[in-house]
Amino acid sequence: MLAEKEISLVQEKQIWKILHEVLDPEVPVLSVIDLGIIRKIEIYDAVQKPPFGGLGVFITPTYSGCPAMDVIRMNIRLALIENGFKNIKIKTVLSPAWTTDWMTEEGKRKLKEYGIAPPNAQQQVCTPDVFQKEEAVQCPQCNSYRTKLVSSFGSTACKALYVCEDCREPFDYFKCH
Amino acid sequence: MNTNSQFPILNSLINYILHLADNALILAHCNSEWCGHGPVLEQDIAITNISLDLIGQARNFYQYAAELTNHSTIQPFNHSTIQPFNHSTHSTEDTLAYLRDARNFKNCLLVEQPNGDWGKTILRQFFFSNYQYLLYEKLQISSDDQLSAIAAKALKEVTYHLRWSSEWVIRLGDGTEESHNRMLNAIDELWPYTDELFIAADYENELLNNKISVDVASLKTNWQQKTELIFSEATLPMPKEIFAHKGGKQGMHTEQLGFILAGMQFLQRAYPNSEW
Repeated sequence: MLAEKEISLVQEKQIWKILHEVLDPEVPVLSVIDLGIIRKIEIYDAVQKPPFGGLGVFITPTYSGCPAMDVIRMNIRLALIENGFKNIKIKTVLSPAWTTDWMTEEGKRKLKEYGIAPPNAQQQVCTPDVFQKEEAVQCPQCNSYRTKLVSSFGSTACKALYVCEDCREPFDYFKCH
Repeated sequence: MNTNSQFPILNSLINYILHLADNALILAHCNSEWCGHGPVLEQDIAITNISLDLIGQARNFYQYAAELTNHSTIQPFNHSTIQPFNHSTHSTEDTLAYLRDARNFKNCLLVEQPNGDWGKTILRQFFFSNYQYLLYEKLQISSDDQLSAIAAKALKEVTYHLRWSSEWVIRLGDGTEESHNRMLNAIDELWPYTDELFIAADYENELLNNKISVDVASLKTNWQQKTELIFSEATLPMPKEIFAHKGGKQGMHTEQLGFILAGMQFLQRAYPNSEW
């Protein structure tokens, strides 16, 4: 028989696997793991959470006002219930604040395939100074770096609008944060 | 159990959090009126994105205020005579936003000023983002962990707001004769409401010793320097010190707030507890 500690490790592994299937409703190629918004999973035994134990999933929002968070919370809960988990608490943590650095490499690859330019590895424009040199963002369609910022605000809080000067395609850039 | 005697500063803390929340919510609500009316599509999207960020910040503050209020025996605000939440005094982010009257709102007067034209909305945003950036920079090292977490997160968003609104002040000020004149007009209308940002309310002063609140007076020099920098780029004159309107932080508002709340709170007042 597995010791209790091992059981919780096995369960935690299973939960991470389930969370890989929970997608961001606004960018439906990214899982919540790819986004880097799952901060921690806690498994509670019957003593900590009587009578049957339970589990806590700690998530952090991308932006303060991201309207996808409520849907994500619900989808995480549903996915866990479907897999037989009970007594699920989904808690929001704000600190440390989410950054695009937490996005997985896998996530960045999927974003590009989907037609959204992934965030640059190094944050280049993070000060309030005006008319800064624009970030060199690669066009997800033709890979050109001859691209132009149209607006630093896009279709969702996490994206900026760009246009490619070579293939002329407009595209979204998952902006550094 | 009387939590108030254990935490004599709790009342001030709740008022302070409501002040921070109300600032963000009221400006967000006013900006959101541009949705579908912006001068060009990209800027319509920009101003509504800024609204969304501010609503998110307001929600974080209201949720925290509700949590503290529910653990306290005091009610630092009066719900209106309508008590749609089953006569319960249980606070939520929604009761705080939708069921308080103007006298209980603690936002500064600047954020409730009418949208006017695009230039006035831009200038209001620039004045406020300039202030909010400096405020959150300090608030992220507050001794109150939750305030510090909300501020650190929001600061990243405000960085975008400040850059965007600064660039627009420059474009319009240093634009055509028409846009320049409209910015002069916006300065005339909004400048008298800027000084209030740097005058501490009693609840801010009471939290200073515990290093919970930010000393707003200390932000003024940096705010003026930044404003001067942007105004000179924009070929706009820095106004002289003139009579400053104040009172919003204590709940004494301009007439405008009543109209804003009438629109914003209508649904919950007319159809209590309705959800969508």
